[in-house]
Amino acid sequence: MSSPLQTMRLDIGRPSVLRIYLAEATSELVRVIRTPSFAAPTLAFPLVFYVMFAIVLPGQWGDLDKATYLLATYGVFGVIGPALFGFGVGLAMERQQGWLELKRVSPMPTGAYFFAKIAMSLVFALTTIVLLSTTAIAFGGVHITLVTWLKLVATLLLGTMPFCALGLWIGTLVKGQSAVAVVNLVYLPMSVLSGLWIPLMVFPPILQKIAVIWPAWHLSQMALGVIGQSHDVRYGMHAATLLAMTAMFLSLAAMRLRFK
Amino acid sequence: MSQAKQQQPRTSPIPAGTLLARLKGVSKAYGPVQALSDVDIAVHAGEVLAVLGANGAGKSTALGLLTGRLGADTGLVELLGGDPRDAGIRRGIGVMLQEGSLPDTLRVIEHVRLYSTYYPDPRPVAESLALAGLQDIAKRLYSDLSGGQQRRVQFALAICGRPALLFVDEPTVGLDVEARRNFWSVLRQLRGEGTGIVLTTHYIEEADALADRVLLLANGCVLAEDTPAGIKARAAGKRIRARTSLSLAAMSTWPEVRSSSIDEGVAELVSNDAEQLLRRWLAADAGLADIECRPLSLEEAFLTLTSPTAKVPLEKVA
Repeated sequence: MSSPLQTMRLDIGRPSVLRIYLAEATSELVRVIRTPSFAAPTLAFPLVFYVMFAIVLPGQWGDLDKATYLLATYGVFGVIGPALFGFGVGLAMERQQGWLELKRVSPMPTGAYFFAKIAMSLVFALTTIVLLSTTAIAFGGVHITLVTWLKLVATLLLGTMPFCALGLWIGTLVKGQSAVAVVNLVYLPMSVLSGLWIPLMVFPPILQKIAVIWPAWHLSQMALGVIGQSHDVRYGMHAATLLAMTAMFLSLAAMRLRFK
Repeated sequence: MSQAKQQQPRTSPIPAGTLLARLKGVSKAYGPVQALSDVDIAVHAGEVLAVLGANGAGKSTALGLLTGRLGADTGLVELLGGDPRDAGIRRGIGVMLQEGSLPDTLRVIEHVRLYSTYYPDPRPVAESLALAGLQDIAKRLYSDLSGGQQRRVQFALAICGRPALLFVDEPTVGLDVEARRNFWSVLRQLRGEGTGIVLTTHYIEEADALADRVLLLANGCVLAEDTPAGIKARAAGKRIRARTSLSLAAMSTWPEVRSSSIDEGVAELVSNDAEQLLRRWLAADAGLADIECRPLSLEEAFLTLTSPTAKVPLEKVA
């Protein structure tokens, strides 16, 4: 159809894209901070588990420095929570409530929606890392240089990407509150089987072998390498795997979104 | 100078009658279900177009196409000189959907502020709140609002950007009578400012009260498009009530009678030829009393036009 356009074209100005992105991110952050069922567990669980396993429970695993080792793994556990829940449950709820439909007919640039969720995940991730690190240094006797800590922070924050993508995919698969259950079913077993709660070496060999299928395991290997608790870490392989998984989850999500 | 004037976004209203959006020969199917077949719709500045139709008639699909939520299978969808699927074009429209709720844990004013950032020249937030009647509850969380108040927040989001074209889908469902009247007066005010308004509604009286034009959809086709008065005239006919001693069976055989009912001696006949019917009725029943004759309401016209037995005299149905 190449019929000439007959409707009147308006001289509509452009709003500031930066302002939209910031406003969208701020709203998302305020929204989840006021949702106790989101904010409290995502911040408290990693901290409580860290205190229990790294500080309160006695015991030693080989020649590892337990408090430092678990700072890395609970850091991973802490940053993937908000990414999975923010995207997975957020999208599932917004699809069910019709909020997403309204956004889709609004002039909001699509990118702002995803930017807001990523920004929210990163703010929560950083908060968790700071809480964990402070606890580890103050009560766990952990010594860590500023440079190492910054490297750990960078690794963990960049490492949220595949989990944002995984959450997005889950959010396209299920609707509403059932997403909470599905995310938990992915989040908690994957965390345990990746050695985030207690080191993998205490697991049967078969579980240690299949850990390579979990994105959380790849991220934890990088975090442990950065913090000096694991040697001969093949950063390139882990990073490439995580990127490939991100691309896969994004493609799956895009397919689901297009079919509707 | 002239450039600066062009940059200035719409401080002067768009002349009434300017074509703002249209569907031309549009068809859309969901699998085997044909939601719209070869539909033409035009929306102009400064008018209220009411889209009426039963559930499944194609109202939501038409709205979805005009607001960029859906793409047409065939035909032309045009909005403000572009494609509604382009977010930039949508800066010229505001939409209130029939279903859906907003995030619970944001306050009313926060919702309006966020939406205002999407538009280049939004109303002041206080003005949007006032138009939607939300000044007193601006600080409340969305989850603490009643259903009617939540609808008003959704309306505020639709108008906060001073859209040239406003889509409101079943806007007054769940509103009490007073809130509905207020809503109508705001819509009239916006129309007066030159806003084009597309309204879908179940309430025929709402279309009658507000619409400049009514578009009647049935089974994905445009059945009629006219003024409310014109639609009533198309379903021409009058309704005559009177107290009679005749039986319903006898009266329903008269050729002028289109439909008939009787309740405790008061009969109600619908006819395209009221005068002739009245003469016959008076002749047949010397005791005929309490005669009352009035035109069909828009709702009755609507039912007549969409009923499966209606003889459809309209060009659109092939």
